[in-house]
Amino acid sequence: MASHLFCGRVNLNILREAARKDLREFLDKCSGSKEHEVEKMFTLKGGRIPSAAVKNIVFFVRPRLELMDIIAENVASEDKLHPRDFHILFVPRRSLLCEQRLKEKGVLNSFTNIDEYILDLIPYDGDLLSMESESSFRECYLESDQTSLYHAAKGLMTLQALYGTIPQIFGKGECARHVANMMLRMKREFAGSHTQILPVFDTLLLLDRNVDLLTPLATQLTYEGLIDEIFSITNGYVKLPPEKFAQKKQGEGGKDLPTEPKKLQLNSAEELYAEIRDKNFNAVGAALSKKAKVISAAFEERHNAKTVGEIKQFVSQLPHMQAARSSLANHTSIAELIKDITTSEDFFDSLTVEQEFMTGVDTDKVSTYIEDCVAQKDPLIKILRLVCMQSVCNNGLKQKVLDFYKREILQTYGYKHILTLKNLEKVGLLKPQSTMRNNYPTIRKTLKLWMEDTNEQNPNDISYVYSGYAPLSVRLTQVLARPGWRSIEEVLKMLPGPHFEERQQVPTGLHKKRQPGENRTTLVFFLGGVTYAEIAALRFLSNMEDSGTEYIIATTKLINGTSWIKSLMDSPEENLP
Amino acid sequence: FVAYRGQTELLGPLRKIELYEMGWNLKDGLRECLVAAAPYGGPIALLKGHYRRSPSARPQLEIYSSSGLPLASFPWKSGVVKQLGWTVSDDLLCVQEDGTVLVYDLWGGFKRHFSMGNEVSQSQVLETKIFHSPYGTGVAILTGALRFTLATNIDDIKLRRLPEVPGLQEAPSCWAVLTQDRQSKVLVANGSQLFILDNTACTPVTPPGLSPQASSIVHMCVSFSYKYLALLTDSGHVWMGTSNLKEKLSEVDTKIKTPPKQMAWCRRPKSQQPSAVVMWDGLLIVVGECKETIQYHLDDDSVLVPELDGVRIISGTHHELLQEVPGACEEIFKIASMAPGALLLEAHKEYEKESQKADEYLREIKEQSLLSEAVRQCVEAAGHEHEPETQKTLLRAASFGKCFLSNFPPEQFVSMCRDLRVLNAVRDYTVGIPLTHTQFKQMTVQVLIDRLVYRKLYPLAIEVCRYLKTPEYQGVSRVLKHWACYKVQQKEESDEVIAKAVSVKLADAAGISYSEIATKAYESGRTELAIKLLEFEPRSGEQVPLLLKMKKSPLALSKAIESGDTDLVYTVVMYLKNELNRGDFFMMLRNQPVALSLYKQFCKHQEQDTLKDLFNQDDDHEELGNFYVKASYKDQRLEARVALLQSAVDEYYKAKNDFSAKTTEDEMRLLRFQRKLEEEKGEQLVGFSLHDTMTTLLSVGLHKHAEQLYKDFRVPDKRFWWLKLKALAEKEDWEELEKFGKTKKSPVGYLPFVEVCIKHHNKYEAKKYVSKVTPEQKVKAHLAVGDMEGAAEAAIERRNESEISTVLSRCSATTDHLLMERLNRAKATAVKK
Repeated sequence: MASHLFCGRVNLNILREAARKDLREFLDKCSGSKEHEVEKMFTLKGGRIPSAAVKNIVFFVRPRLELMDIIAENVASEDKLHPRDFHILFVPRRSLLCEQRLKEKGVLNSFTNIDEYILDLIPYDGDLLSMESESSFRECYLESDQTSLYHAAKGLMTLQALYGTIPQIFGKGECARHVANMMLRMKREFAGSHTQILPVFDTLLLLDRNVDLLTPLATQLTYEGLIDEIFSITNGYVKLPPEKFAQKKQGEGGKDLPTEPKKLQLNSAEELYAEIRDKNFNAVGAALSKKAKVISAAFEERHNAKTVGEIKQFVSQLPHMQAARSSLANHTSIAELIKDITTSEDFFDSLTVEQEFMTGVDTDKVSTYIEDCVAQKDPLIKILRLVCMQSVCNNGLKQKVLDFYKREILQTYGYKHILTLKNLEKVGLLKPQSTMRNNYPTIRKTLKLWMEDTNEQNPNDISYVYSGYAPLSVRLTQVLARPGWRSIEEVLKMLPGPHFEERQQVPTGLHKKRQPGENRTTLVFFLGGVTYAEIAALRFLSNMEDSGTEYIIATTKLINGTSWIKSLMDSPEENLP
Repeated sequence: FVAYRGQTELLGPLRKIELYEMGWNLKDGLRECLVAAAPYGGPIALLKGHYRRSPSARPQLEIYSSSGLPLASFPWKSGVVKQLGWTVSDDLLCVQEDGTVLVYDLWGGFKRHFSMGNEVSQSQVLETKIFHSPYGTGVAILTGALRFTLATNIDDIKLRRLPEVPGLQEAPSCWAVLTQDRQSKVLVANGSQLFILDNTACTPVTPPGLSPQASSIVHMCVSFSYKYLALLTDSGHVWMGTSNLKEKLSEVDTKIKTPPKQMAWCRRPKSQQPSAVVMWDGLLIVVGECKETIQYHLDDDSVLVPELDGVRIISGTHHELLQEVPGACEEIFKIASMAPGALLLEAHKEYEKESQKADEYLREIKEQSLLSEAVRQCVEAAGHEHEPETQKTLLRAASFGKCFLSNFPPEQFVSMCRDLRVLNAVRDYTVGIPLTHTQFKQMTVQVLIDRLVYRKLYPLAIEVCRYLKTPEYQGVSRVLKHWACYKVQQKEESDEVIAKAVSVKLADAAGISYSEIATKAYESGRTELAIKLLEFEPRSGEQVPLLLKMKKSPLALSKAIESGDTDLVYTVVMYLKNELNRGDFFMMLRNQPVALSLYKQFCKHQEQDTLKDLFNQDDDHEELGNFYVKASYKDQRLEARVALLQSAVDEYYKAKNDFSAKTTEDEMRLLRFQRKLEEEKGEQLVGFSLHDTMTTLLSVGLHKHAEQLYKDFRVPDKRFWWLKLKALAEKEDWEELEKFGKTKKSPVGYLPFVEVCIKHHNKYEAKKYVSKVTPEQKVKAHLAVGDMEGAAEAAIERRNESEISTVLSRCSATTDHLLMERLNRAKATAVKK
């Protein structure tokens, strides 16, 4: 049981269990028995597979041609005297193209089993699903390869098979339209095979990342968002510099500082983390010290325990309290690490410029700050994030300004980045101003993207996640729930791609009868990635007393500005064979 | 003796039910026929005149239903048939002398043939047996070389040659196939010796307690479930026991020493009593636990068909079922039975006569609290009866009894009524599937529907599905699909008529695979019809393979795109790539942008040259430029890189992208410059950015060259100043830095000078620049060099509250006491203002 998947309104354990069952069935098939002990796991790489005393070797791969070449090499260099059984499991589905490649390489017949492991959406938390498809945004917007959208649609079909048909589908953007079309088509294709399940989700909202290019560029200011921005969270884990986590044990004198990075799992199974992850970082300190008081008070209780019964009760709570204490220690250390950065002048200056752009200050001329940063050769991604942000907030830059930035970047970081710049232009993150007037201020005003009086400690609006800026994507979600998109038709037209609404027939007898006061459940699917701050904003909406809607979030990939820009970069040298 | 009517005969613990009077008209009965009847009331195949062997008269192959209705008849034109048999999916297997096995459907249509291997065809087939196992239908062959060859599943043929039997000089007296431990084995008798042959070994075995008089085992049979074995010896004894030869159940002397024609087990599942049936000409003997045998006279040549719960006896005129009387029936119909079921039946009879005795009987059952048991018995017994009237009587009695019970679960009664209705329908003479209830439960509704479909009894199959409420997907839709597959093969009707008929019938059915139907149409040579049918297929992905097969590639491509499945698109694209010439291939892609961009992705990773051709075809100069730029980075040689960049420049100009063209020209210029300098000064430079090149030049003191780049590449002043500042500080060339600071007014101000010195821990140098800093940055500069007084002075002078606060925050209470007082005072006035 994964307890963190169980806590939300929708029990995502069902999805997890279904996925586990499929995997077990495949492993049964490989070993021919019910016992499948995984002896070792290796990362796929060329050459011969490291030796292990096993009978079966299962390749667990994404269907990509370059991986097939590696597998073929593995299989070909297998010891002929002690042959082992090979199996291949494609995630999330098998590919004729890949099998063809294996055939060309002459190894297709070496596999006892070739199958697919349909794992489109991976549950990350009680309200969060991700496809972990790194290059989804790049593929969709840069390379016109919509494979990940097909998987997304398939994933949504799986979800509907387990949680019932979703009666209402809303969407905004080209990709959203494409996914919705595929879903409706698949629904028709599998007519008659639908399961009789009471719908768990009332609404599905499909959002293209390119509808809101601004949000991921901004620096996230929630606790979790900052952890991701600074240390980057991968697969629910974060690696931290070890110095602050040195155990101060008596007698050891603390001579040996650990050198291995400290690896921590981050999800809502940890009570304290669940409490603070979505807070603005400025409110985390207070929360931590409050927690510290509660914990030490709890430990003090032992002095009050007089009777045997009371002592017994105290002891029974000890493990829980100790876990809480170590969790507190960890997060205090993380908060200190983050604070060192957020209080630096650099961080402050860059945040100021971001906020100026978002409020529309001087977005039409060259920013001296960016100029200075380039002159000092700050990290390229930081520069790209800022320039793109300026371009987005100005609905494109004047040709002169754009060319200036481009030349500055190319002269400083190398001409090879010309391809990266072209990529950014292609996806719309950078663009020359067209004759159309800048509509960003209208969008900002209509959707209230900038809130002057944001309360970071006790927020009353989603804008707290960026200390003033309310993420556009989440505003769209919020408006959809109440009062509805009809009220913002004009703005929707200014944003790229079509917006639409579809209804799916729910079998009679399965119409939900909502109790008065019962919340609606909406699944928001971010095609092209979502940031932790956006997730925090949606959780904030779920928990708002009168919101009336709870949100489950799905995405192709959890991203932040840095990982996102990185996925769009093109440095030809890295492609050297 | 209460209820048995004319057609059921009781033979001790057995009963014989007449299933059908055969509808066929066989002049000579079954004499001289090779006969094969499928279990579960399946079809019967006859090869007439098989034993005559005159070259002039060909044998005739005839296929009938269990009730003797003709399904097919044709003269046999192939080789000598050794054995006929049926597969689990109602296909007829004809094993020929040369080891070829021909497969026909039950309508006599030839489906395919396969061989049992070279070894078999060389040494010829001596004997063969067709058997069923959990893996499907198998064929076992004894060759002329006295070796066994086995195929366990004819749908996935893996031939196995079994080990040799020691001392076997001529054909064994008898043998049988059995399935044990998930493996098919052969049990073979050579005289009195018995061997088990599996994949690897031939093991001699001895049946426990086999009577010693026997010098040879002349016949053997294995039960339907492979659990029991019966052996008949030349002394006329039948040994019965478990097939693993661990246990003997009984042994009976038949007192007949001539070899029998056939032997079979006749045993209900879960029954404790062993019983086997041995058949000679005109005589049938049932042997069981006791020494007594039941003898039964046969008028006519007959064939025994072993079933799960009995034996069917087919003769030239009749078709009967011999089985142990089911428990419930025995309890109820036994003379003077006081079983609750019997009493309930009696009570109901009295009730219908409106006699008060009904109450007495009921009371008797109720007093023993056996009423629910009585109802259960009646329902169960009804299931085992073949006569609808008897079934009804029993069910009415059960229903009557139910009235006096509260909370009696109705499921058993309801499902029995349903099952019986279906069974009676399929047992009907015109259908001819004489299934018992036990067999029906074992075979499942799914299989029954399949069998009805094989017999083309589509309306009945659909009715059964609807009646039993089988989910549409597995039921009605599947039947309709089969119907459509059959329909499209009817040559006499036009494409339009068939397509219309199919679409009308299948319109509302869920989950129909039109592509399967279309494939059938295509296979029977009706491409146009196939295309028409594919139009109805909602799953575009499913249409693709067939469209490719039919060489409708443009359509296949657009269907693949429609499905959204990019892998499928790739599949079609790769197929087209091999099928078409390059020009046509490119043309086709050009009309399908989705496919084109996918193919470009493929080429990007796999076929760079093709990618270039594609861009060329589209006159996409921008992409061509990018292509050359990328290529330039893959080449190590400078000349090649410059040449590729020149190509890029040309393309960018053609694309009217002046910025990219100029930038790339700059890049070439930089490369050449770096190369030249490398040669002249031996400094590693190639590949550095302009910025890094200048920094390197400055750090090695090549100021002139750095200046030259600064001018040539029109580097903004600000950036150059920053760069030079940092480079000099890095080198700790303070003298040069000071000189540089004085060349002209700094475009970046002087705070960077201060900071850069502090960064390199040179407070002395830093202080030199503090005075030059602009008033706005004065406080910062003073603080940077640690001059609190100066900072305070500047802040107070500027009367800037936040600056004063900044300074205050940096003061220490112990050393800067006076300063703090001053600052606080100034702050107060600044606020007031």
